[in-house]
Amino acid sequence: MTHYDAIIIGAGMSGLGAGIRLAMFDKKVVVLERHYVWGGLNSFYQYQGHQFDVGLHAMTNYAPRGAKGLPLTRLLKQLRIRWDELDLHEQGHSAVSWPGEKLKFSNDFELLRSEVARAFPSQADGFDALTQAVRDYNELDLNAPTLNAREIVESHISDPVLADMIFCPLMYYGSARENDMDWDQFVVMFKSIFFEGFARPQAGVRHILKLLIDRYRKAGGELRLKAGVAKILTEGNRSVGVELDNGETLTADTVLSSAGLVETTKMVGATLASPASHSSLSGDASIAPTGKLSFTETINVLNKPARELGIEETIIFFNNNERFNYAQPTDLCDTSSGVICMPGNFNLPEQPNDHLIRITNIANFDKWNAVDRGVGFQPAEVMRAPCPQSRSEAPTSPYQAAKQHWYTRSCDDVLAHIPEFRAHTTLTDMFTPRTIRHYTGHEGGAVYGSPIKKRTGESGLEGLYIIGTDQGFLGIIGAMLSGISMANRWVLQRDNAAVEA
Amino acid sequence: MNDEQIKQAIIGIINDINPDEDTSNISAAERLRDQLDLDSMDFLDIVMELRKRYGVHVPDTDYEHLASLDSCVAYLRDKMVGKELVS
Repeated sequence: MTHYDAIIIGAGMSGLGAGIRLAMFDKKVVVLERHYVWGGLNSFYQYQGHQFDVGLHAMTNYAPRGAKGLPLTRLLKQLRIRWDELDLHEQGHSAVSWPGEKLKFSNDFELLRSEVARAFPSQADGFDALTQAVRDYNELDLNAPTLNAREIVESHISDPVLADMIFCPLMYYGSARENDMDWDQFVVMFKSIFFEGFARPQAGVRHILKLLIDRYRKAGGELRLKAGVAKILTEGNRSVGVELDNGETLTADTVLSSAGLVETTKMVGATLASPASHSSLSGDASIAPTGKLSFTETINVLNKPARELGIEETIIFFNNNERFNYAQPTDLCDTSSGVICMPGNFNLPEQPNDHLIRITNIANFDKWNAVDRGVGFQPAEVMRAPCPQSRSEAPTSPYQAAKQHWYTRSCDDVLAHIPEFRAHTTLTDMFTPRTIRHYTGHEGGAVYGSPIKKRTGESGLEGLYIIGTDQGFLGIIGAMLSGISMANRWVLQRDNAAVEA
Repeated sequence: MNDEQIKQAIIGIINDINPDEDTSNISAAERLRDQLDLDSMDFLDIVMELRKRYGVHVPDTDYEHLASLDSCVAYLRDKMVGKELVS
């Protein structure tokens, strides 16, 4: 039996960030990943010779080289990565697009400010006040009380349309709550999207993951793929290790789990359900509810750049209704709002290999999960199941039929915001909440995890800490910082304190 | 290790933490925080590196002694006796 200083569950951004920190300081550490590839929510795949990113539209939290005190620079220092190595290229501009109203924004916050003043002159002062409140708030205070963002936003912004337009990108890129956000999450997202902005490496998420994996291995960290954790082993009120899907047991002083709060609770199992336990990890699902927000992602490969079709924006957050409704739909999808991403419209040094339009919509996991996927369906096909763009092709199963139906709806509903592009489509793919669950292990395909966050990482069990999505730092940079700060706090700082004792 | 080498040891660590930062003109008397982009997470790194490279332990309560290069020298002088500068 192998004993580790730390076991990290999940080779996503947070797990790799934590792993690098611990390996860097000579801790014996292993990252365990159930999937055969790393990346978690931000992975990648190949389909018919094309390379696609799973989650990444953009990296938020852009900071220019040498910018001080921002999350990106903090991350670079912690992982000892030079700014150049990230190969970041900024967006052109993006937009929040509503029926009859459009707010442009870019990595220069003044653009959004002037757009708000132009479109909502009566709200300009309120918007400045909201901006100031965001600036003044210290989102790094992990012990701050939880406040509702909508109340605070509405205290500054009286026009509900503008409030919705501000919320839309922040929710789509990070909210596990329906139609509201925790104020600290709102602040994190507002800063990361509107103050700092979007960028992306030429090669997308692969480039970032390669950097992380190389750093981790060079520092002496161990990575095990196809090594899912079945159980977290406990003794009394303390975690002592894990049991893998294959029955193998590994012990560790500390376990950092990026699997999600609900999922981690399940791994702990009944051992914590005793009445003596006053922890939040009591195995009671009502205490750590599964997130309700899942998504479909429709990918279109075009035969020419989106710009040649007259699409200038890098990302468009759209809504076709009077009010924006960020909630689990009653049907399989709600295509009346969403995100349209044109990765080729970042200021990339080279034209990307594929000209893409990606569309994200909110979807209902249970509904998708109930659709019959037909005979002989293999889970591994989930991601790659083609959405037949040749619409004459007959669907092979109700699942395929549902994908075809919602592909069409999804594309139809963006036409108020971008021109018809389907005549230029050469290949499409679509993934659903089922796909997300299969590849991330997140219950309910909940991309942003549980609405309950564990900001200090404490799980209720000694030696077991939550990192990643359910710790509460968001986005790719946020996820990495989550792993880093929890590794610092619960392993390195403790270790340093223990030397004194 | 002499005083100058202790300063170099600290600067060497800072250069490794933030390769994008220019450390060529640090004033030894002024607080490092005021001259460089260093936060509490970075000070943890300085402490961890001192331990890793020189076997010197800095307890949490002594972090304040790392405020400037001069104060680092005063604090580390005895602890660094007989140690070789790691580049």
